[in-house]
Amino acid sequence: MTAFIQYTLQGLALGGFYALAALGLAVIFGVLGVVNFSHGACYMLGAVGAALLLDATGLGFWAALPIITVAMFLFGVLLERLFVQWLLRLDPLYNFLLTFGITLFLVDFVKRRYGVSSLPYELPAGLQGRVNVGSVSLSSYQIFVAVFSVALCLAVWLLLTKTRVGMIVRASTEDAERSRALGINVGRWVTPVFGFGIALAGLAGVLRAPTGSVNADMGSFFIIILFAVVVIGGLGSILGAVVAGFLVGLVEAYGQGYAGSFSQVLIFVLMAVVILVRPSGLFGREEAAS
Amino acid sequence: MSSQLVSKVDVDLPDAPSITAQRPYLRWVGMAVGLLVVLALPFFIYPPVAMDIAAWALFAISVDLLLGYTGLLSFGHAAFWGTSAYTTGLIAIHAGLPFPVAVLGGAVCAMILAVPTGYLAVRRTGIYFAMVTLAFAQMVYFIANQWRSVTGGENGLQGVPKNLGPLTDLINQDPFYFYYAALPLILIGVVIAWRTVNSPFGRVLVAIRDNPARARALGYDVERYKIMVFVISAGLAGLAGGVFSASHGFASLQELIWTTSGKVVLITVLGGIGTLWGGPVGAALVVLLEDRLASSGFNGIGIITGAIFVIIVLAFRHGIWGTARNGIGSWLRSRRRAREDA
Repeated sequence: MTAFIQYTLQGLALGGFYALAALGLAVIFGVLGVVNFSHGACYMLGAVGAALLLDATGLGFWAALPIITVAMFLFGVLLERLFVQWLLRLDPLYNFLLTFGITLFLVDFVKRRYGVSSLPYELPAGLQGRVNVGSVSLSSYQIFVAVFSVALCLAVWLLLTKTRVGMIVRASTEDAERSRALGINVGRWVTPVFGFGIALAGLAGVLRAPTGSVNADMGSFFIIILFAVVVIGGLGSILGAVVAGFLVGLVEAYGQGYAGSFSQVLIFVLMAVVILVRPSGLFGREEAAS
Repeated sequence: MSSQLVSKVDVDLPDAPSITAQRPYLRWVGMAVGLLVVLALPFFIYPPVAMDIAAWALFAISVDLLLGYTGLLSFGHAAFWGTSAYTTGLIAIHAGLPFPVAVLGGAVCAMILAVPTGYLAVRRTGIYFAMVTLAFAQMVYFIANQWRSVTGGENGLQGVPKNLGPLTDLINQDPFYFYYAALPLILIGVVIAWRTVNSPFGRVLVAIRDNPARARALGYDVERYKIMVFVISAGLAGLAGGVFSASHGFASLQELIWTTSGKVVLITVLGGIGTLWGGPVGAALVVLLEDRLASSGFNGIGIITGAIFVIIVLAFRHGIWGTARNGIGSWLRSRRRAREDA
């Protein structure tokens, strides 16, 4: 039982990274129709950025959280203005390929500049200890990540459902043509939404930095898992991204705990089952006949 | 999911070849020249590198068969290339069979793997297909990484022998001869791809690419066609991967990782989607470039290849072969118009 609670917490923390990043992926896809391959690289940049910030200025985790998130937002805006916008009118495959090229570039750039070995990063002040609940001892940082990411996903959810901006974004996701006909300047929201999605990936990276190894390759497997997450959740669905993110996190953690080395295969088995039973994903809508 | 901001247009494919359409003999001239170049390659290029080019060329052709002729972007083709590389190695090591037999065994194994993967992947189209194939390839990678007793885990399979009956010594001493021993396998693959494209089956594939709804309305079982071409394509990728591992004498996890899937897509797009012959051109360029960069001690090849890819996707979507073909086509047209005016 003790182990089970620990795995659950671990899974929720892990799911937090997946959910936040997948949320960014889903929002970008919804509004721009772009599957951003560089999402994993942006997650890596967030973590590496936090480590470099610490190294250069001594600013720790709590400062890095807002600084890197804003920086990644600006980076996303730059990416969209420089590259992504030119391919929006073409088949989504082209932006998929474009962002793949950007990924190659970013990963090898970081590798060349900062090496392949992991950059040091410590648990943030105040969250280094463990919390004892009854007989179970839990890492307080994992608790923080789980709570923080759930809260953040909720905040984004509220932003999307309760504010005017969110309404516009949702309307554009739903039916851009009609939104435009109703007098909404849909094009204006493209760039900030892309930046917002990238910022979420960067934020997930900063959150990951204290727990894992910070290096150029940390996003390489992450992006594949993210794709599995959005396929499971349904690519267009924001709720699906979050739920599937936590689900995959839990599957991975239980798998690691109980199934050992083959745990990551479980994620893909889950994906295969979802494709068989509900091809459009748990929360996705049926695709138009293709 | 027709809910994007901007209405989508179809994949940007180069025009159909107009030169060979009017002068059918040019097609045979072109193929003869191509064959000569392939046969002469190891005289000009270090033979193992020439072998790499040939293997990657067939690999790229297998991807183009899906992407250019069926409209399916497989981002997980490393699964088939790598599975065959490992199977080829295992057959050669444990059974000691001649390497062409081992390579064929590898290709068959890749095709068997492609049946369930294809069955699941064709349930989704477009960008989903790319993500699903990518994810399944990653699953194969994880399995190979964990199944150490068979695959050697992170060390890979070392010491894959090149047996070929009485010629064994010859092809082992000099990679120059191995190139000619293995080339038929690659050429068989190329011919299969060419025949597939230029057959009634290939016409159905193009119909599915251009208008799946109409193909379905005409009574074609779209999913079955997609699975069939997926399996054929996996077999070709398997042939290429098997030759690659026999040539290098090892199979490693590098063969299964998703960047290998990405690299072959890059080669295909660089050469030109939907051209078939663009793949070899792209393969030659990328393999030579990587060889040059690696020998000059530059680490960070992805900086260069990534940048090239971004430029190609942004500015030259028809790739080298497609751009050249379109250029020549429009030049011929304008010349004819000038002649008619005169």
